[in-house]
Amino acid sequence: MKIISENFGKIRPDSIEDYIKAGGFTAIEKVLKTMSPKDVIDEVKKSKLLGRSGSGFPTGLKWEMTKNMAKNKYIICNADESEPGTFKDRLILNSDPLKVLEGIMIASYTLGSVKNFIYIRGEYENEFNHLKKVISNLQTSQIMEYLRQKYDFSFDIEIRSGAGAYVCGEETALIESLEGHRGTPRVRPPYPSENGYNNYPTLVNNVETFANIPFIINNGADKYLKIGTPGSTGTRLVSLSGNVINGGVYEVTLGTSLNEIINNIGGGLSSGKLKMIQLGGASGFCLPPEFISYKLDFNELKSLGIIMGCGSILVVNDSNCIIDFVKCTLEFFIDESCGRCTPCREGLRQLYMIYDKISKGNGTTDDLKLINDLASTISSSSNCGLGQTSITSVVTTLKYFIDEYLDHLHGICRANKCIMNKKEVLL
Amino acid sequence: MNANVSAVVSDVSNSILDELDKIDNKSVTCVNIRIDDFKLSVPEGITILEAARSNNIYIPTLCYHPDLNINSNCRLCIVEVEGTKNPVTACSTKVRDGMIVKTGTLKIMKMRRMLLKLILANHNCECTTCIKNGKCELQTLASLFGITENEFAPIKSNIKIDNSTPSLIRDENKCIKCGRCVDVCQNVQKVGAIFPSHRSYNINYGTAYNLPLFDTECILCGQCSAVCPVCAIYEKSYIDKVWNALEAAQKHVVIQVAPSVRVSLGDAFGLKTGEIITGKLVAALRRLGFDKVFDTNFTADLTIVEEGYELIERLNEHKPLPMLTSCSPGWIKYLEHFYPDLIPHLSTCKSPQQMFGALTKTYYAEKSHISPQSIFVVSVMPCTAKKFEAQRPEMKSSGFTDVDVVLTTRELASMLKEANIDITKLNDDEFDDPFGISTGAGALFGTTGGVMEAALRSVYEILTGKELNNIAITHIRGFNGIKEAQIAINGRTLNAAVIHGVGNASKILDDIREKKSKYDFIEVMACPGGCIGGGGQPYGTTNIVKSQRRDSIYDIDINSNIRISHHNPAIKVLYDEFLKSPLSPLAHKLLHTTYSAR
Repeated sequence: MKIISENFGKIRPDSIEDYIKAGGFTAIEKVLKTMSPKDVIDEVKKSKLLGRSGSGFPTGLKWEMTKNMAKNKYIICNADESEPGTFKDRLILNSDPLKVLEGIMIASYTLGSVKNFIYIRGEYENEFNHLKKVISNLQTSQIMEYLRQKYDFSFDIEIRSGAGAYVCGEETALIESLEGHRGTPRVRPPYPSENGYNNYPTLVNNVETFANIPFIINNGADKYLKIGTPGSTGTRLVSLSGNVINGGVYEVTLGTSLNEIINNIGGGLSSGKLKMIQLGGASGFCLPPEFISYKLDFNELKSLGIIMGCGSILVVNDSNCIIDFVKCTLEFFIDESCGRCTPCREGLRQLYMIYDKISKGNGTTDDLKLINDLASTISSSSNCGLGQTSITSVVTTLKYFIDEYLDHLHGICRANKCIMNKKEVLL
Repeated sequence: MNANVSAVVSDVSNSILDELDKIDNKSVTCVNIRIDDFKLSVPEGITILEAARSNNIYIPTLCYHPDLNINSNCRLCIVEVEGTKNPVTACSTKVRDGMIVKTGTLKIMKMRRMLLKLILANHNCECTTCIKNGKCELQTLASLFGITENEFAPIKSNIKIDNSTPSLIRDENKCIKCGRCVDVCQNVQKVGAIFPSHRSYNINYGTAYNLPLFDTECILCGQCSAVCPVCAIYEKSYIDKVWNALEAAQKHVVIQVAPSVRVSLGDAFGLKTGEIITGKLVAALRRLGFDKVFDTNFTADLTIVEEGYELIERLNEHKPLPMLTSCSPGWIKYLEHFYPDLIPHLSTCKSPQQMFGALTKTYYAEKSHISPQSIFVVSVMPCTAKKFEAQRPEMKSSGFTDVDVVLTTRELASMLKEANIDITKLNDDEFDDPFGISTGAGALFGTTGGVMEAALRSVYEILTGKELNNIAITHIRGFNGIKEAQIAINGRTLNAAVIHGVGNASKILDDIREKKSKYDFIEVMACPGGCIGGGGQPYGTTNIVKSQRRDSIYDIDINSNIRISHHNPAIKVLYDEFLKSPLSPLAHKLLHTTYSAR
């Protein structure tokens, strides 16, 4: 089933004409012609669409909460796709940007937003230029003129680029950055739906979330509900990478098993034996091979305490060392921490130093206890999602790969990645 | 109410001190919450921390400051709230009806301890050689938490200490990234000399491009040093210079005491906040060995006379108006940086501190037959910018440096403690002549609105020949950021405004720039609350403390025999014997100064 990627490779991405020929802009016209804002919200709520960024918050509810606020409203499309191993939003923006824009148009009509933004990752320079061109084509196109004349609909959208900070994918840091400030997360509550861009109610949705909207409107929530599982409707763009033959972005129906994705769609491991699957990027869960039978399903995973996140799957074979892997992950978060709050700023660095010690064969069982306590302090007391999820790999590897930790305490690294008896690094 | 004075409280005021006045007027709805075992009914909209503190429940904090924005950076105030997955920070979370809060579960205590250890691991913990020893909020917490060992690796940092200014020293090795300094600099004072740069553990709360502080537009008000919980920004100490001078036989060492110090020094000795200790302070300074103990209030009176006549001259001769006061050196530096085009509006009068220095090395030297070279002038000021002011090249018109050393209130407290002088046990003593007699008006300089009130008392009387009906001009009292008063003088209305906290100044200054200002005379004090809230005051100077000091300042005024500056008999003698008249050539040479764009 293809919802998001139906036009990928079939139309010229910057051609309004091609998009219309492929059935584009029928959803926005349907909305303007026949639906009230409340109808749209009801339809989105009924579709059970969950946010495609990471936390999986119900989209319809978010729209409703923002809509119900009194003041001027803003909409932000979060295209700051920075999670390592995730590259689906980039593909959408490259292959079918008008579908995303149509989704934003529908949201803009529904919420009556005064201005809309696309906040795009700093490193996506080509996408930025490409999207800018598409937006300017759209604004001067006949279809917009038609919508303006017939339905008095106009649509103010601006694309802004980030400056390369991972933390700006966190919605409140994104808003700070958009306002021209240093990209640090705000204290929540209040949430953006209440107090966002320039203190106005703001809807922040992911690129993929917006790309789902035209389908839901065109085909109705009932049809959408039939795709996927009862708790997880629709499809998901999966970014598959790592030690797998066919890495790439695939649209799969929710409920597809990891086994299907890795072994059938991905063509299996490129070499070695499966050691670990990391779900949802660097901040995601590190799962042992037996989890391969589980399905990509928000609810099923949630019941296991697992959050699907942004839908990326990293396949790790047995040539990799868990300690080394976690060290790399921590290095990433140390670099990307905004530095504001204690647990993330100081804690991650201390955590890294302990891993460094273990990787050099100098670890003790006390260190494992300290890692555990420190990780739980970091995840419980950090201000934002970055800090809270930065230690997911630590916690989950401690849970599922404890043997490998114990090996290292005894000076053994089976993957031969760690060079023992070296001097430790002090950060 | 006084017939010839009318005033409005401006609605543009946005001082942090406004909050104080608002608290009393609010009609409050209450919510019921439970904190630990206590069932409480607390006002809606307050935070868990405020609810706890007002009910004597202790929640540790480090980055929190009652008068600043909530940063929730340190995370030490985490508490558990029933129904939420993660702990929340008490400082930033508002209470809601039915909330159940647990402040001290074992889980929370373990986390707090770990957070504190993380901070300590990256802090230069050389407490015994730190000027904050015994007054450090981090040290206090480490002691409260019973930290005896730290399993985290100590982070060695060796960042060069920034010694560039005559007032403040920055030691980043001790910075714990609480963000208070940045908040006070950016949001209260709106100077913006320091801000965060870089990320993660490389985050640096410092100047642009790591420039030395003196090369930035820092106004040296020292508010950052007053709120720093540790010792990452502190005043440059000149204590040793004073000890050396006191020891040197050939030096005649005199000291002047600023108006606000007598109501703030007691804090450092555990006295009641705002207690007036003028007599004990004089006695203590004598014990320290100063040859003469003088009062800056005297030259505050003199400033009023000179400034009053300058205002009258500006009004009569159509010189640039409004006239801006010039007693606050942080404010002067602010104007020189940000509004240099408005320098012609600044009163040319030196500050009371500098007038005192100039007169001591001329009039006093002559009168007491002491060579000016051998006179060493020390001042005790509530202010770090005064250290800079004393070193300005303009401040030696007598041929000698007006003021040799400036100590802050905090430094004086350290000296007294080092000399084992317990100020609380001393008998009252009197200031020396000839700079010991002052009026209630001079005392008012210590608080916001004081200079204006003192000036209006004198100017009104000089111009009309009549005393004000009610010399307490209450409209310009209090902690609103911008206050206004109008006085009818000889058929003309004199429009006055009072600003404290330079963060409040820009709107009024922009109006002057655009020639839209309706004012004739504006008082500006760099620090919120005026000198009672100066950057050199004892640690813990919160708004509540400031209001108690302010009340004491008004008590001093009300209990003074003379309450109008130009009635000060010693001032009359000074003019008769030496200066001849206000704004005389000699007065201009010694008591007035110039400014330059920065």
